[in-house]
Amino acid sequence: METFVIGLSIGSILFMVALGLAIIYGTMKVINLAHGEMVMIGAYVTVLATRHLGLNIYLCLPLAFLVTAMFGLAIERSVVSRLYGRLLDTLLATWGIALILQQLVRIHFGLALFGIKIDGLGADLQNVPVPVELQQTWHLLGANIPVYRAFVFGIAVLLGAATWWLLYRTRFGSQLRAVSVARNTAAACGVNDKKVNALAFAYGCGLAGVAGVLVSGFKTVSPDMGTSYVVDAFLVVVAGGVGQLLGTFAAAGILGEVQSFVATWLNDVYGRTVLFAVVILILLFKPQGLFVTKSR
Amino acid sequence: MNDKTRRAFLQASGFAAMGLAAPAILRLGDRAWAAEEVPVGIMYSLTGTTAIVEKSMNQCAQMAIAEINAKGGVLGKQLRPVIEDPASEPRTYSEKARKLVMEDQVPVIFGCYTTASRKAVLPVVERRKSLLVWPTWYEGEECSKNVLYAGSAVPNQQLENSLPWLKKKLGRSKLFIVGSDYAFPRGMAKTSKTICQKIGMEVVGDEYLPLGHTEWASMVSKIGASGADVIFSNVVGDSIVAFYRELRNQGYSFDKLPLCSSTTTEVEIKAMGPEYALGSYVSLPYFQTVETPQNQAFVKAFKAYAGADAVTHAAMEAVYIGVHMWAMAAEKAGEFTAKGVVSAVGGMSFDAPQGKVTIDPQNLHSYLTPRIGKTRADGLLDIVDQYPEPLLPLPYSSVGESAEKRLCTTSGASL
Repeated sequence: METFVIGLSIGSILFMVALGLAIIYGTMKVINLAHGEMVMIGAYVTVLATRHLGLNIYLCLPLAFLVTAMFGLAIERSVVSRLYGRLLDTLLATWGIALILQQLVRIHFGLALFGIKIDGLGADLQNVPVPVELQQTWHLLGANIPVYRAFVFGIAVLLGAATWWLLYRTRFGSQLRAVSVARNTAAACGVNDKKVNALAFAYGCGLAGVAGVLVSGFKTVSPDMGTSYVVDAFLVVVAGGVGQLLGTFAAAGILGEVQSFVATWLNDVYGRTVLFAVVILILLFKPQGLFVTKSR
Repeated sequence: MNDKTRRAFLQASGFAAMGLAAPAILRLGDRAWAAEEVPVGIMYSLTGTTAIVEKSMNQCAQMAIAEINAKGGVLGKQLRPVIEDPASEPRTYSEKARKLVMEDQVPVIFGCYTTASRKAVLPVVERRKSLLVWPTWYEGEECSKNVLYAGSAVPNQQLENSLPWLKKKLGRSKLFIVGSDYAFPRGMAKTSKTICQKIGMEVVGDEYLPLGHTEWASMVSKIGASGADVIFSNVVGDSIVAFYRELRNQGYSFDKLPLCSSTTTEVEIKAMGPEYALGSYVSLPYFQTVETPQNQAFVKAFKAYAGADAVTHAAMEAVYIGVHMWAMAAEKAGEFTAKGVVSAVGGMSFDAPQGKVTIDPQNLHSYLTPRIGKTRADGLLDIVDQYPEPLLPLPYSSVGESAEKRLCTTSGASL
């Protein structure tokens, strides 16, 4: 039972990071390698906001969403929008952005050159205070459930629902889906595909920022923390099927549980190995991923 | 080739030769001018993953050198620090060490923090007959005559005191050993098991996760399920933070499930937020709270040097010991060569912040005072246990070395 909850929480983080990546990849066929850095920025927003503005972790969730969405918008407008349809170039460009963002945090956004140091930035490890009510454990069905992990899962479900609503119940959502299935046709029908791109990119980055806030509560915050997430999240996107909300959800859940159970049974190293094996198996039998968008 | 082009060629090669020779000529002048100075290498990472700790070690080495220079230097010469940044990469360590030894001609390098970096520097100092002064506590099983293990604890100096203490004072008997996956934690576990067998403690788990791993949930629930009543942690680096936080998030408290670490210093406690480490134990020879006049002076001097919120820690104190003992040994030997220093340093004592530190003439390791600290709310540690006397270093204790049967002697290791 505990293992199951741990799996759920690993899956939840994966889901939030992967969801943004899936939306971005689904709409504009851009693999955003700076996505992990959005997680990192979300975590740093939490560090700075709790330290300097006295906010708690709950208020950091919307704040981090806004800040990372702004970063996302800026990246899309300045770099990615100039490189559409050039997969390899966007891959390199976003990787470059990722490195730049990491170093910017390290050098206090360049202010260190002028001798100004912001408490909370820099190459050091940072930490975030977690509210007392999240530090407890619940007893449920004879197992100890860490409240924080349950909280992470709750937020993931909430964001999943919000994203579903956005994609399938709003005008923007139908435009976005139209663009991801047939860009030119959608554009011909009067959909402003550039605007859709920019907003989708910003939204995807915002989701990663929220994941960053949640991660900061139980992991170390450091400039290069984001790198590992982009790989895992991409596995989820690939295994779940591109452009499928349900697929991302299922794949994140499955992969999180696989890692958690194998890690408890053997150890985390085997957990990761089995995780990769499972992804390979899924792709062998379902090359399009678990769920496929039917299109002609 | 006609005459004209040949002349041009000769002219060009003449200039080229001059250009090549120029730096050598200039450097020659440089060296002659600096006769009253001796260059010494300082090589701690200022960038990369271990920079957080190594930066303070770099500062401490510079501070110690400044202290020595203020008292007139060594053999009448001022020490001139040559600082290199090996960027937390073992390969860069080896390159920078070669540069320091061959180009800057330093007789000694104060440097390294991880075992991986020491192993990278080892062949350089051994081949070039130079000297590395190594500061960090490590897994032992090394017996080089080109390394001065000053202030560096070996497993018996961290485990012989702490494991029996956990059993006797806390009444714990089921030990779970957890560590990062590399030489140091595995060496520590090896020695722990030998000691546990002797004192009748049961090892219920011995698990590792890769360096830098930050997903500790499964490991923590595994520790909970193992029935262990005490944890010994050899976890290193940022993993420490994730590990301690995960213990808290899963509802464990150090009152009920005590944890003793061999690696968590004041620096890591500050990084994770002291409330997460509150009540956990650490076994090291030095804490900032050691009450000796030397330590009070040391802490005060370092705060004046590096800023009021700086903390001092075990690896840093070892750097301080290393620089001072090297200077004392060079003074006694009357020369700066590795051979001279090494033969002079055996049996030499230094009143360090932690108390008296003596270099063992056989294995060049240090007699240190084992201590156990308990983390308090301000991130420093209360000393709850300490040896009255410094303890003999046994680098090969994991394979059965004892005070009577020494495996590392002046002639090298005999296994």
